Amino acid sequence: MMSMQAKERLAKAVIWGAALITVCILALIIGYILVQGIAKLSLSFFLENPRRMGSEGGIFSPLIGTIYFTCLTMLLAAPVGIGAAVYLTEFTREGPLVRVIRFATDALAGIPSIVIGLFGFAFFVVFLKPLTGGWSILSGSLTAFCMILPTVVRASEEAIKAVPAAYREGSLALGASKWQTVLWVVLPSAMPGILTGVLLGVGRVIGETAPLLLTLGGSLLIPRSIFQPARTLSMHLYLVAMETGEFSVAFGTAAVLVIVILLLNLLSHTLMRRLMIRIGGR
Amino acid sequence: MALQPQEKVFPLLLLICALTSILVVILVGVFVFLQGYPMLAKTGFFTFLLGRSWQPGQGVYGILPMVVGTIVVTLLSLLIGVPLGIATAIFLAELAPEGAAAWTRRAIELLAGIPSVVYGLFGMVTIVPLVRYIASNWFGAWLSPEMKTGYGILAASLVLAIMILPTIVSISEDALRAVPREYKEGSFALGVPHWQTIVHVLLPAARSGIIAGVVLGMGRAIGETMAILMVAGNAPALPRSIFSPVRTMSGNIGLEMGYASGSHAQALFATGIVLFLVIMLLNGFALLFTGRRAVRTP
Repeated sequence: MMSMQAKERLAKAVIWGAALITVCILALIIGYILVQGIAKLSLSFFLENPRRMGSEGGIFSPLIGTIYFTCLTMLLAAPVGIGAAVYLTEFTREGPLVRVIRFATDALAGIPSIVIGLFGFAFFVVFLKPLTGGWSILSGSLTAFCMILPTVVRASEEAIKAVPAAYREGSLALGASKWQTVLWVVLPSAMPGILTGVLLGVGRVIGETAPLLLTLGGSLLIPRSIFQPARTLSMHLYLVAMETGEFSVAFGTAAVLVIVILLLNLLSHTLMRRLMIRIGGR
Repeated sequence: MALQPQEKVFPLLLLICALTSILVVILVGVFVFLQGYPMLAKTGFFTFLLGRSWQPGQGVYGILPMVVGTIVVTLLSLLIGVPLGIATAIFLAELAPEGAAAWTRRAIELLAGIPSVVYGLFGMVTIVPLVRYIASNWFGAWLSPEMKTGYGILAASLVLAIMILPTIVSISEDALRAVPREYKEGSFALGVPHWQTIVHVLLPAARSGIIAGVVLGMGRAIGETMAILMVAGNAPALPRSIFSPVRTMSGNIGLEMGYASGSHAQALFATGIVLFLVIMLLNGFALLFTGRRAVRTP
């Protein structure tokens, strides 16, 4: 029979071990991808177009596609998401309508991305073909918009709620209208938090692949407008690894993705710290 | 005093933004359902769900292999990921020195942000060869050739287990931290050691939150497409061992939607309906257990 203390120590050791495994897995994944991929990274890898289905050449056109696609998606999602958050926090009280909106936002966040992809295919690619050009950056962005809307809404809501009531009261007491208060007092104070939510959305958009397989078209040509098909880096990684088996290009692409995600993470932490300082009262 | 025009117009614009989520959810439901319903009506819901054969070339559509594949891969990944996740959550909430906790939390946050295709690629070049080695060298005598490729249930479950860790860890940690201080202090005051307090006081008190975390991890596992496509082998047949190649429901859609048309496309939409219903049921459970906002985006 083990003594109580020995048991206590053993249990804690197991917990430490489990946490260590978790951290090691992360270090292993990031380390492995970077080590395998970084040798591939050169200026020509970034600036050359893919050749032979991506097994040779660089990642220029997927890079351009990613930038187009990400910017357009955020251009759609940020205003709508922030607008929804402002409405939910500043312009309404808890009631049936708000409950339905919250329920819908939660439900949307829970729908598997591939199902959103099916919807995007049926609605944006097929049904709205005259407007979107079928498989195109626009169709892909609209689909991704549906997917990340909940992320942006929630993060913005949290950020706006964190703004102290005294700020609003002070502004209203000075005679500013509700709208002026929101625009000039609440939103600027919450901005770092809102931007963090937008960055979260950017991270998801860059990483997501499944719905884009059905909506973005996967073309290797450089897109000339948002009505043309394209492919993103994540899609490129998948297609190259699965269809050509050329792992060096896949690892190079993966390394680029991991570096971008690391940078986004770093940036959002910096922003979060700024929000804390701003709201914590200087 | 009369309101300025913008004081009336802007709230209206904001309301429209807020209503977008509702519109999108309705549109997603309607469009996926409309496209998939003809298939379900023609073959019958249960014939489609329990059919053992998927042969789009012959017009035979049964998704039982994919349903079984999804269930097996999900359960096995939970079996691996949940203990590890809860242990890590206990570490973060109770045992870790502040510095170590902060770093671990950052690491887990990063883990959540890595694209699923990157996990898939990692799985293809590390986990698949490992499983292949184990299958051919340790169990070679019992397994048929297609089970020795490394691609299959075990590889997919291992990759998924890693992918659902962040969800389980962060929600379980929140649940543990939400337990009132008095519980812990009361237990300590009675002379109960730390570990006993964790097992008999904190974990039971945080149970509903932890279960919600597990259910959400499960939702993520069921919905995941890309990483599984890359390591699961994707054969639409009923699996016979944990080394068998397997196809999941989401994988089925991702794999074939690119070239499907006619009744084949309808069958894939019908697969989407089944997936949609499963996730909605799961989220319902999560809501029941917590009574608060259930789903959390990574």
